[in-house]
Amino acid sequence: MPGDTTHINTKAVTQNSYDAIVIGSGISGGWAAKELTENGLKTIMLERGRNLEHIKDYATATKDPWEFEHRGRTTEEQRKKYPVIHRGWAASEAVMQYWTNEEDCPYTEIKPFTWWRAYQLGGRSILWGRQSYRWSDFDFEANAKDGIAIDWPIRYKDIAPWYDHVEKFAGISGSTEGLPQLPDGQFLPPMDLNCVEKDVAARIKKVYKNNRHLIIGRTANLTEAIPGRTKCQFRNRCWEGCPFGGYFSTQSSTLPAATATGNLTVRPFSIVTKILYDKETKKARGVEVLDAETNKTYEFYAKIVFVCASALNSAWVLMNSATDIWPDGLGSSCGELGHNIMDHHYNVGASGKVEGYEDKYVYGRRANGFYIPRFVNLFGDKRDYLRGFGYQGGASRYSWSRDVAELNVGASFKDAIMQPGAWNIGATGFGEILPYHENKITLDKNKKDKWGLPILAMDAEIKENELKMRKDIVAELKAMFEAAGVKEIITHDDGHAIGHGIHEMGTARMGKDPKTSVLNEHNQVWDAKNVFVTDGACMTSSACQNPSLTYMALTARAADFAVSQLKKGNI
Amino acid sequence: MERRELLKMIALATGSVVIGGEFLLSGCKNQNAGKGLTFSEDDIIFLDEVAETILPKTNTPGAKDAQVGKFMTVMVTDCYESPDQQIFKSGIEKLNEESKKLFDASFLKLSAQQKTQLLIQIDANCKTFNKKVDEEYDALSLEERHKLTLEEHTTNKNYKTEKLRQNPYRFYTMMKQLTLSGFFTSEVGATKALRYVAVPGKYEGCVPYTKGEKAWATS
Repeated sequence: MPGDTTHINTKAVTQNSYDAIVIGSGISGGWAAKELTENGLKTIMLERGRNLEHIKDYATATKDPWEFEHRGRTTEEQRKKYPVIHRGWAASEAVMQYWTNEEDCPYTEIKPFTWWRAYQLGGRSILWGRQSYRWSDFDFEANAKDGIAIDWPIRYKDIAPWYDHVEKFAGISGSTEGLPQLPDGQFLPPMDLNCVEKDVAARIKKVYKNNRHLIIGRTANLTEAIPGRTKCQFRNRCWEGCPFGGYFSTQSSTLPAATATGNLTVRPFSIVTKILYDKETKKARGVEVLDAETNKTYEFYAKIVFVCASALNSAWVLMNSATDIWPDGLGSSCGELGHNIMDHHYNVGASGKVEGYEDKYVYGRRANGFYIPRFVNLFGDKRDYLRGFGYQGGASRYSWSRDVAELNVGASFKDAIMQPGAWNIGATGFGEILPYHENKITLDKNKKDKWGLPILAMDAEIKENELKMRKDIVAELKAMFEAAGVKEIITHDDGHAIGHGIHEMGTARMGKDPKTSVLNEHNQVWDAKNVFVTDGACMTSSACQNPSLTYMALTARAADFAVSQLKKGNI
Repeated sequence: MERRELLKMIALATGSVVIGGEFLLSGCKNQNAGKGLTFSEDDIIFLDEVAETILPKTNTPGAKDAQVGKFMTVMVTDCYESPDQQIFKSGIEKLNEESKKLFDASFLKLSAQQKTQLLIQIDANCKTFNKKVDEEYDALSLEERHKLTLEEHTTNKNYKTEKLRQNPYRFYTMMKQLTLSGFFTSEVGATKALRYVAVPGKYEGCVPYTKGEKAWATS
């Protein structure tokens, strides 16, 4: 393997040497770059996609609706080019510039798998949903208590200070609730629930004797300005990129901080094809990069490597590394690399009509909804499945797209739909998926991508525990809505293919034992201690909370540890 | 509750904004989309009349003011799959046939009142048909729906769209949806028929509303 050669070009080594390499520039990569550079490490951040400049490159963000030729809809041409993005709600005229070209970057579906990728500087931090929740010890202890997979090597106390750290910098708005299963954090003021949501919350609280809570979503949108960033303007167009820096993204938040240190180099169009592993030192000495534009190969060298390429691509990099020693790649010695893939299952819930409140409306467009934290299998509650789910939803008045009772054509129809319709409320569950060893990704060596690189094959599905949970998600939401007086309730379950939750995780899990885990308690690869994997790949279980905040905290924690180990000369 | 409304709210919670997208059609991909499809100036005049019948000018602008007929042809040409394009295009002739059946004259020759009467009748037919499809889908078991979703991922065919295509008046559903989305997302529609604020600057979850006040153009 050319990348594994010990031949070193001295000039290139000098030119291409850094203290740290960060693979990927999304939420985790951005945090790694910020923390490492702020600790004085000369760092190169490698991004496989194009550069995307804050504000300047948010091509649609200030357009009015009528300036979109297709008013938000994608074209047939785009539909053909991006078939996976068109599975569900991700396809919009406004954001097609961010999604990855599926013809260039195919993958194999042994079982149906939805992989929504965004290869550019900032990755999916531009497009993300911004919901930010802490985990609790109910989550970190779950595997051990249930005898599922392996135990997490950390507990809440290990990560709590790092949640504080990342929340303060990222800017998370939310309400303090004192719920043990959803710890409070360093919050900016919460956004408003609307009048219907407030009343439904009060009724749920009363009927369920203060054991269930409908709260405003905790979101990485600024409700107060912080240095360098303007507060959220309630346009609800976050995923087009925010010209105000109103939500957390690499571009609005971690990248400016890392750049300000003078220690950061960013290299776009840099596909990391492998980590260069040194047999003698049992450490990585750098990475091999394929330039996506020129197809030329380069090597970059560093004392530490942070792998933050997103759960599946981080596993892909490891699988392609050190294959002369471990045929299945760096970190595969435990037999778990690429296995235990998880996600959150959703598209299952209920909705209905709320009578009254005709004299109430809202001002502004809240890029947030309500959240009902987990209440099952907690505090003595016991179900016929393991773990739990939360709900995310909102109440609003029907828009012009509604049906009107009788006349559906003409002046009176027009007059009716120019006014807001009745109030309605709806929510979907977000459920935990267990880590199943047999849910896995592998390299499909028979097929290649545009650059001749092997592609991933996905073989994963939800199973009995999740299917049972989905039934309960529907039943409990229906019961809660009924208790709150919601009428004409309709339930739905539209099924779930792994990946559709865009919360892929678990392909290089953390653990206490090198025989059963890829990473240790500090996100170090057991087989190469100067390689850290801190994105979704590292997760040992999935909980049911949106995971990005936890990736941020784990990344900052691992970066701090890496710096201290470097100083001590341990890595 | 319309499912698209729910999806929109979920999209909201997960961070996406759907600009008029909740009223648009979806379905499978087709290799021949756009092939040989053309619309004449007469077609645009015809479509403008249909749109204006659905959303006439009152004390606020109507569909013609927003050039909805032209908008329909752009959307059908660029965004519709081939089978839907054919359904839409032949809809012009079909609507004339219905018009002749009821009033013995082609659509453009009808009085405004007759046009409205004709479209109300077709609208009711569509509503019944679409409701039946919704009900059939909702009656499916959880397992069946799960299976359909997974199949959709490999076949790229949407179960419901396929069913909806069997509606003999499907062309009208398309014309109406495009009329509504075309008008209310246009500049006159959003700013004159509805209220539009590009940068609200704040969110208030509970403000007074008096019947008759216009709805917000975007959510």
